Amino acid sequence: MAEAIVRLEQVCKAYNVGEPNETEVLHAIDLELEAGGFLALVGPSGSGKSTLLNIIGLLDRPTSGSLSIAGEPTSRLDDAEITHLRGHEIGFVFQSHMLISAFTACENVMMPMVVANGRASAAIEQRALDLLDRVGLTPVANNRALNMSGGQQQRVAIARALAMRPRLILADEPTGNLDTQSAEGVFQLMRDENLASGTTFLIVTHNMALATRCDRIIEVVDGRITQGQRPQG
Amino acid sequence: MIRWMPFVWTGALRFLADGRLQTGFIVGGITIGVAVIVFMSAMLAGLEANFIRRVLTSQPQIQLLPPDQVARPLRGASREIEDALVQRPSQRVLSIDQWQMIARRMEALPEVTVVAISMSGAALAVRGSASRSVSVLGIEPETYLRIVRLPDYLVAGRIRLTSDDIVVGTELAADLGAVVGDKLLLNGASGSSRVLTISGIVDFGNKGANLRNTYVALRTAQSLLGMIGGVTEIGLSVGDIYAAETIARQIQASNAVQADSWIKTNAQFFTAVQAQKNTNLLIRLFVGLSVAFGIAAVLVVSVIQRSKDIGILRAMGTTRTQILKLFLLQGGLLGFAGSLTGSTFGALALVYWHQTTRQADGSELFPLIIEPQLFVTTALLATLTGVVAAMAPALRASRLDPVEAIRG
Ligand SMILES: Nc1ncnc2c1ncn2[C@@H]1O[C@H](COP(=O)(O)OP(=O)(O)O)[C@@H](O)[C@H]1O
Ligand SMILES: [Mg+2]
Repeated sequence: MAEAIVRLEQVCKAYNVGEPNETEVLHAIDLELEAGGFLALVGPSGSGKSTLLNIIGLLDRPTSGSLSIAGEPTSRLDDAEITHLRGHEIGFVFQSHMLISAFTACENVMMPMVVANGRASAAIEQRALDLLDRVGLTPVANNRALNMSGGQQQRVAIARALAMRPRLILADEPTGNLDTQSAEGVFQLMRDENLASGTTFLIVTHNMALATRCDRIIEVVDGRITQGQRPQG
Repeated sequence: MIRWMPFVWTGALRFLADGRLQTGFIVGGITIGVAVIVFMSAMLAGLEANFIRRVLTSQPQIQLLPPDQVARPLRGASREIEDALVQRPSQRVLSIDQWQMIARRMEALPEVTVVAISMSGAALAVRGSASRSVSVLGIEPETYLRIVRLPDYLVAGRIRLTSDDIVVGTELAADLGAVVGDKLLLNGASGSSRVLTISGIVDFGNKGANLRNTYVALRTAQSLLGMIGGVTEIGLSVGDIYAAETIARQIQASNAVQADSWIKTNAQFFTAVQAQKNTNLLIRLFVGLSVAFGIAAVLVVSVIQRSKDIGILRAMGTTRTQILKLFLLQGGLLGFAGSLTGSTFGALALVYWHQTTRQADGSELFPLIIEPQLFVTTALLATLTGVVAAMAPALRASRLDPVEAIRG
């Protein structure tokens, strides 16, 4: 069995802690994601998938329980260390419209590298162009994000997620707003990247046809994992 | 993306460029504020410089006069009750006691650059049936003209002062119907009189001075005023014009003379200038405040509009500090850009105003003083104002929860 890139132990998440409307959304989650996996996260709307993804992605912190990324516990890290880890190890693909509209496609792909490096460089630009080539968007590299179709925007987002060569890419309903054909293209792109580079993917999806083509399906219902808690085999 | 440019600069510039309309309006606002400040400050400096130049070329920086004559009642006689009221004696025109020695002492002072002795008194100028009372100033041109630039005020003839010459103001010449080369009869207060030839006519830009001020050779004045060998004034120029008052006080303390500096005799002007400067400071303060509030308002809106972008940037590894800098920088850039355009407009307005407005005599109202230092400080202050104004919005942006921001 491959080593775990992500390990959650007894992770709980509550919103509005200490207020009358406090609600626990995730209940004592135990979960392991194997390195190099291509994993689907499914479950009804409101079951806590996005919340779980944000916690794994270090955008949010669990109310209790522990989270380790690549074997390193994260609970003791301060905000700057968390930000650094997130910037270097994790890539995000969100549901839609998550490019920065003031920048071109190429610049959006460059962005994580520019943030990490402090400024742009020829090498960074070249890598961004290579990535856009890989997702088939060379012709629109210099278009503003605003002027692209949903499918194109998601391809740019995938290229951007790949930019820092992260070990883990988290995708929250990346095909949710796309037509079937575009959805298929975006899904296949991620699968190809997973196979080519060994990057771990965790993809939230409502599309069971796509989910079944993943290595493993993790199901969340009412803030509890009901299926696929640990890698099989 | 420009390669050498740090990420926060790229981001700040791009966000500003992306929000063209907001950026344009706020830069326009800052421009107006800065232009007003630049225009006012430069004009005030010009008017002040102009006044000082006029004062300093028309009167000595320090004037030494005979000390006030005071009544000294005999006191202490037995069985007398002293009257507390001592009447001030009328001030006769007196020569400065031992003026040769005092003049030599003044020449020895390192702060003093020019020493000019002169004699002044009243006389009646007569031509035909017209007469005017005038004040006669007897001077030694070699020294006196180094203090008071009479040639600068000359409108006819030349400044030639042999013992039979007189230089008069335009007003007197007009009143007496005299031109250069005409003769005037001067009757001195002591009863003596002289016939003098007008060698030059000057215009001081002041009606009273043009009517009353006349210049003759020192010896002519001495004989006309009945004080042969006397000197009623010693005029001084000093190296540092703003030290004049201090030097005057020192001179008065160690010599039997009354020493008046130009600063003291023009105290009213300096009070007015100070009041102007205070007003100017207040205006700057309030313009600065309204600029700051404008920048803050625009950036607060920008933070809300860009909260999604901020969330994405945070998800991609941008630190809170970088977000903070990104917005502080936008504030600073707005202030800086506004100060550049504002300074340009202010300077242009100044040049225009300078060209179109004239004094009554057609000379410039104020000298065009455009000091680079004014622009540098304006730019620095405006940039700083922008950064400070951006503080609250920038903090807000940096504290944004990326999850909330992305959820939208
Ligand atoms: N910031 C929040 N404050 C309060 N409740 C929240 C917040 N975010 C999500 N929730 C609630 O948590 C539950 C899980 O939400 P989410 O993780 O977005 O579900 P999913 O992505 O599976 O649809 C929902 O009931 C939602 O209303
Ligand atoms: Mg969701």
